[in-house]
Amino acid sequence: MSCAPLSVDGLCFTYPGEHHRALDGFGLQVVAGERVAVLGPNGSGKTTFVMHLNGLHQLQQGAITIGDLEMCDDNLAEIRRRVGAVFQDADDQLFMPSVRADVAFGPANLGVPKGDRDAIVERALTQVGAMDLIDRTPHHLSGGEKRRVAIATVLAMDPHMLVLDEPTSGLDPFGRRELADLLVSLPQTQLVVTHDLPFALQICPRSVVVSGGRVVADGPTSEVLADTALLEANRLELPYGFDPSRV
Amino acid sequence: MGGGHGSSVDRLHIAGNTVIHRLAPQVKIVATFAFVISVAIAPRQRVEVFAVALVCVLAFIAVARIPVRVWLARCAVILPFMTMAVLVPFVGGGEQTEVLGVSLSTDGLWAAFNIAAKALIGASASIVLAATTPVTGLLEGFARLRVPRVLISIVAFMIRYLDLLVAQLGRMRTAMVARAHDPRWLWQAKPIASSAGALFVRSYERGERVHQAMLARGYTGVMPDLVEQSRPRSDWWAAIIVPAPVVAVLVLGLL
Repeated sequence: MSCAPLSVDGLCFTYPGEHHRALDGFGLQVVAGERVAVLGPNGSGKTTFVMHLNGLHQLQQGAITIGDLEMCDDNLAEIRRRVGAVFQDADDQLFMPSVRADVAFGPANLGVPKGDRDAIVERALTQVGAMDLIDRTPHHLSGGEKRRVAIATVLAMDPHMLVLDEPTSGLDPFGRRELADLLVSLPQTQLVVTHDLPFALQICPRSVVVSGGRVVADGPTSEVLADTALLEANRLELPYGFDPSRV
Repeated sequence: MGGGHGSSVDRLHIAGNTVIHRLAPQVKIVATFAFVISVAIAPRQRVEVFAVALVCVLAFIAVARIPVRVWLARCAVILPFMTMAVLVPFVGGGEQTEVLGVSLSTDGLWAAFNIAAKALIGASASIVLAATTPVTGLLEGFARLRVPRVLISIVAFMIRYLDLLVAQLGRMRTAMVARAHDPRWLWQAKPIASSAGALFVRSYERGERVHQAMLARGYTGVMPDLVEQSRPRSDWWAAIIVPAPVVAVLVLGLL
């Protein structure tokens, strides 16, 4: 398993039929193996950015490089293998009738022969501590279990980078803590898009703040969260009583 | 949805470890199909065929340890057909027979018996199949029987998202009731109609998000073949044994 650096330059994107730019000169450099929190208010362009990393939005302007691969139609299949996207609603991600089939979906699309898939599925589920769920149906799982299985579905593709959109949404505190432990244990480069500022502080040494479709602040998470003026300007707020300097 | 709740489709499955539960799903599908077809093609006057079929189906229910109460409750799906069957002797023409002082059409009586017997036996056979095979097993069975993958995918997606859809509908209903909506009359149906529209839009949007999640994992427009490695099974005897008594009686009568 390897991890890849990410380079995003001057990314601009306008949704069809709209004038407003969802991304407006978005730039971000991430070194291999780094865990970076992407913070920002609703509508700041975070999810649009996530979609770009997996080639789910056509590149309009700017450049994305993952490892040594530039984002273009020819590299799309390989980029989708290298970038594991974990979406906000795990019910969107787990669409097969069983956990086993769901985790096998990615490797099957990559052309992994049937005989080798079981070992990959078991390894991915073991990595997220969900091996006991292998024969369950996804809609019977709890929120935390769904999240872990969703991560296993992308780990099965041996990604170099993970992009998680609001990974803590809908999780209880215990599930949230388990998720933090899991993400810290994974070697891949990680981008964690979240509103959950304490979670960002817990697992990401570095944070960027996104506003109006571009990165407006970039630095160590503890410093970003200590900058109350910056947080306020970008509609970000720490939970009541939470003091990042005392964690 | 928390863990532990059975889905509406999986609720048909009754966990067990009987000989019928252990059969390969594709064998059970073929056996059920052959059994139902052999009953369906039987001429209505061949009462002995239906008698044998009923004994067989009761034997399957006993072997699969399906509670009689569950069987009878699930048989309720054939009630609409039964209602129709009851009406036929009253409206049928031709030769008449006196039953309890009421003049009924003989032809109609046979037609009613035909509908009732075939519906009951057919439904019971399907009940045994559904009760002994989990939904994922059925899908796998159909895949092994070379049913086109796109059809299996459609059914699989429907099953996967049906519960979410029902849950969403339930939440929207709760939200309406919480704001004092108490529909009793037809002219109060407007909120229900508009919520159906909202549900459609939400489902459509979910469909788009699911498609994006599929693309993100390398989906190219063709569902991968996810049937597990075929294990050698010697269950196919069941596909012959299950319909054999009915077919035997059917054929013997033709000789």
